[in-house]
Amino acid sequence: MTVSPDLDRRFREAATALGLVDLGFDLVQTPIGELLVGASDRGLAAISYQTDPEESLDRLARIAGPRVLRSPRSVDAARRELDEYFAGKRRSFDLALDLRALPPFTVSVLGELARVPYGETTTYGALARRVGHPKAARAVGTVMHRNRVPIVLPCHRVVGSTGDLTGYAGGLDRKRTLLELEGAR
Amino acid sequence: METVAIPPFERFYEEHRSEVLRLLRRRLGADRADDAFQETFLRALRAYGRLDHGEHLRAWVLTIAKNVALDTVRRAHPTSELVEAGAEDSPPAYSELADLTDGLGTKERAAVVLRYGYDLSYEQIASALDSTPGAARQAASTGVRRIRRRIAP
Repeated sequence: MTVSPDLDRRFREAATALGLVDLGFDLVQTPIGELLVGASDRGLAAISYQTDPEESLDRLARIAGPRVLRSPRSVDAARRELDEYFAGKRRSFDLALDLRALPPFTVSVLGELARVPYGETTTYGALARRVGHPKAARAVGTVMHRNRVPIVLPCHRVVGSTGDLTGYAGGLDRKRTLLELEGAR
Repeated sequence: METVAIPPFERFYEEHRSEVLRLLRRRLGADRADDAFQETFLRALRAYGRLDHGEHLRAWVLTIAKNVALDTVRRAHPTSELVEAGAEDSPPAYSELADLTDGLGTKERAAVVLRYGYDLSYEQIASALDSTPGAARQAASTGVRRIRRRIAP
C-alpha cells in the first residue's frame, strides 16, 4: 500500500508544526550541488555534502535525538539564507546555530571561525593562535573537517600557511568556488 | 540481553508506513484511513523519544494503529459496544513497562507488554508477532512467572 505524496506531506507538516521533531532535514539545491540541511528547535544543526539521507540519518540522530524526520519546513530559514548567499546578496548569516555537545575547544575555534569576514581568508595556524593554542594548527584542521555547518561557519575561508587550499569536506573544487563567489581568489 | 538501538524516526516511518496504511484501510476504509494514519504516526512520534530500545517496533506501531482505528470507530458510533481491545485510558508508555520486563527473552517481553500494557487479546498479539494465540499465551505466562520470581524471589 503506497502512501500518497499528499498524505506523506501532511504527516510531516503536522509533526513539525506540533514540535514533535528533534531534527528536521531536507535537501537544498545550490550552485555547488545538493546539500543536506538539518535544523532543530535551537537552530541550524547540520549542513552536509553527503546527501544520501540513509547515510546521514544516524549522524543526524546523534546530534539531537532519534526523532529525525525529513521536513522541508524545518529548513525554510536556512534555505532562504543559503539562496541569498549563493545569489551574492548575503555576506553573513543570521541563523541561530545548534552546536550542542561539542567540546569546549571546538566551540572556541568555531567562535573564532565565525569572525573571519566574508571574502577574506585566514590560516589554520592563525586560528590556533587566536584561541590561545598556537601549536594546535592541526587540531584546528580537524575541527574544520568536522564542522557540522560548513558555509554558514565558513571553514572554506581557512587555508594553509602557504596559501594552499589544503582540504575541504566537500572537496577542493567547492572550496575554490565558494572563495571565488566571495571574491577572495 | 543486548538492546537494539532505536533507529532514527525517518527510517522507522519509511519501514512501517505502508503496512500501517494497509491495516487502517482494511479496518476503516480508504476515506477514514488517512486521518488515522496521521494520528498513528503522531502518537508514535510523541512516544518515540521515551523508548529505551528499538525492539518490537513493528508490533508496537501496529498496536498504536489498531488503537487509533478503535478510537475512530468509537467516535463514529459512540454507543456501540466495542470490547475487542484497548482500555479507555491511553496505554502506558512502552518505557514504563520496559524496566519491569528487563531480562525477559524477546518473545516473552513482547507478549507481556502487549497483553498487560496494551490489553490486547492473544489473537491480536499473535497477529502482531506473527505467532499463534497459544504461543502468545504461553510466552506471556512464562514472562509473568519470571517477573514474579524476580520481584519476590
